[in-house]
Amino acid sequence: MSESVRSVLLVGVGGQGIIRASDILSLVMMRAGFDVKKSEVHGMAQRGGCVSSNVRFGPKVYSPLAKKGDVDVLVSFEKLETLRYLEYLKADGKVIINDEVVNPPSVNLGDDLYPADTVDFIKKHFKDVKVVDATKMALRSGDRRMSNTIILGVLSSYLDIEYGVWEEVLEESFSPKILEGNKEVFKLGREE
Amino acid sequence: MKVFMSGNEAIARGAYEDGITFASAYPGTPSTEIMEEFSKYDGVYAEWSPNEKVALEVGIGAALGGARALVVMKHVGVNVAADPLFTASYTGIEGGLVIISADDPSMHSSQNEQDNRNYARAAKIPMLEPSDSAEAKEFIKIAFRISEEFDTPVFLRTTTRVSHSKSVVDLEEPERNTEKRDIRRDSSKYVMVPAKARERRIEVEKRMERLRTFAETFQENRMEINDTRVGIITAGMPYNYAKDAFPDYSYLKLGIVHPLPSGLIREFASKVEKIYVLEELDPFIEEQVRAMGIEVIGKEVFPYTGEFDPGIVETGVTGNRVEGVELPVRSLPQRPPNLCPGCPHRGLFYVLGKLKVFVTGDIGCYTLSFMKPLEGLDSCVCMGASVGMAHGMDKALKEKGRVVGVIGDSTFIHSGITPLLNMAYNKSNAVVVICDNRTTAMTGMQEHPATGFTLQGAATKALDFVELAKALGIDNIRVVDPFDIQGTRRVIKEELSAEGPSLVISRAPCALLAVKQKTKGRGKPVRVDLHKCTGCKTCLGLGCPPISWKRFEDMDDITIEKKTKKQEGVAIIDTSLCDGCTLCLQLCSAGAIEEVAEDE
Repeated sequence: MSESVRSVLLVGVGGQGIIRASDILSLVMMRAGFDVKKSEVHGMAQRGGCVSSNVRFGPKVYSPLAKKGDVDVLVSFEKLETLRYLEYLKADGKVIINDEVVNPPSVNLGDDLYPADTVDFIKKHFKDVKVVDATKMALRSGDRRMSNTIILGVLSSYLDIEYGVWEEVLEESFSPKILEGNKEVFKLGREE
Repeated sequence: MKVFMSGNEAIARGAYEDGITFASAYPGTPSTEIMEEFSKYDGVYAEWSPNEKVALEVGIGAALGGARALVVMKHVGVNVAADPLFTASYTGIEGGLVIISADDPSMHSSQNEQDNRNYARAAKIPMLEPSDSAEAKEFIKIAFRISEEFDTPVFLRTTTRVSHSKSVVDLEEPERNTEKRDIRRDSSKYVMVPAKARERRIEVEKRMERLRTFAETFQENRMEINDTRVGIITAGMPYNYAKDAFPDYSYLKLGIVHPLPSGLIREFASKVEKIYVLEELDPFIEEQVRAMGIEVIGKEVFPYTGEFDPGIVETGVTGNRVEGVELPVRSLPQRPPNLCPGCPHRGLFYVLGKLKVFVTGDIGCYTLSFMKPLEGLDSCVCMGASVGMAHGMDKALKEKGRVVGVIGDSTFIHSGITPLLNMAYNKSNAVVVICDNRTTAMTGMQEHPATGFTLQGAATKALDFVELAKALGIDNIRVVDPFDIQGTRRVIKEELSAEGPSLVISRAPCALLAVKQKTKGRGKPVRVDLHKCTGCKTCLGLGCPPISWKRFEDMDDITIEKKTKKQEGVAIIDTSLCDGCTLCLQLCSAGAIEEVAEDE
């Protein structure tokens, strides 16, 4: 087992900017000198279905997928989706949860209930759980779509990479028009 | 320069670096991005063909003219292209010909899980299989070299996990294209009448023999001898899973999966005590190694179905289950993909679901409407099947008005035209609906022959479905706006009772296409006046993401008077997600749904 390989699993719902966030994370790790592999599933999953993206980094990475019980940080962009992927976390794995609810179709129809106790349940089983309301923070900063950058900022405080590397990649990843806003909210997340 | 690339981007880059300037394809997950990326490089010709059979024939023709041609498709696309494929193996190529088959273990976005290594064997064509992006870029170049040296089409097989994973790739400068394109006649090679084909048939076997010798010393068949107690023979992505789980075992990693290097496999077998053959899907390598008289462990411990991961490999070898922290079992609401807000398919399939006809479906976003609450589609087999099946069912039932076939615009062009001709020819009574959203939506907005633009953005002839259907002999042709529920219902009902076959063209652009092309959205968002809503749930029948049900008991901040004794709640619309298509407004008999005013 490649002990020196670390895994971040980003999960949520199609359209939340997960792929973009995992691309930025991967580039940062590459710049920081790691070998990196990343994997997610495209195609039908984009139509509002579940999305999950594995990012793995270390001196040499073979598998782009982590096995169950091997993920260091689970970053969930939607509350309910966190529960679907808990089996991938290490016993001492960390969880970042965006306090956003996106109803699955069966909940919209009134056939299912959206679980009410998600955060309590996770806190009962994992020690390091952080809940952020990235959507509200992004709205306050002027654009709902920046919530993924805020979450990335929060994640950055869990990884020992200096801000300069993040800044460099952020600058390459966003158009000049939206760059400053994204850098600002990234810092908000990093300090959260 | 080091960059971070997907397997698909790396294949496109590798082809470009190798001086390839000719490519044809039909989009299909997980292969689509190869062509999208390749088409952007300077000086290349790249086309979306109407289907994979045409794409391959275009490639064969280009190769015959001396070009080195790349042809790209997903695994089921090879079924469509199989006819020219098997004979192109006999003719060989003049320039170069590489066919990408992007397989989809776990069926992330496919209707079956076929293992296309079997095609390589059946068509007697060599096949390479990369395990990550760096190899993908290198292997496409090697594939062309093999094609040229052995006068054969070559397969490069990827799986979803190779195509869509990203890893580090070293970029190189492109080679100059040095092809000599010209006409070279050789009827003994290119006219496959029986007498000539019998001669070529023998040549194919000789070629396979030469390829077997080549495979023995092929540098991408890599032996890694470490701990000799266990040896793993594998190829492609599973190699990475195994290296992750068992970094200390010995490996024979095959870069070519057809033909297999039997000498090398025997040598590996002599060096290790116990051998596992690790491969997703069919026991393709395993059965051949067993046939060599070598004892191996394979499908008795590794699954036949689905893609692997390091945990599955570990479980297969050790017998121990790989699990995370033990948690109480909870049942979670599923989150299947859904039609987007403002999707033009929603209105059509709402109507079809209510008509209680049998709807033969096809491959596209609209396939999702088989689910609750729309339940407007009853079958899905392959591209084009909806039209032939609707006709067959209509003939079998011998009763008018019970069957509708639905097919997307790109899918209709792919393989719906011939079965529509058949309906006219054989006097069908079924109704076919083309869900014409003006793009190849499901694979991410590709152009097709009816959009008026080519892959590389040139304006071109746009196919007119109405004129085409007339020419095929269809007399009943109607065009409807699927955002008009009443109008759509009326037209489909009329056509169900009309004499002879009918074609209904349900025409409105894909909601995502409108966003991509930055054309204005359809309308203002709508909301529910909670004091007028009767809680009848009709609007929820659309399955539209912004519309949700709210029970009175879950509302503490607002008091609403019940309209009926039995009312249990109200519908709510999230205006931030609403596209303003007005379908729900049309359905609401209580008049509770209204446009959000300009100044709000």
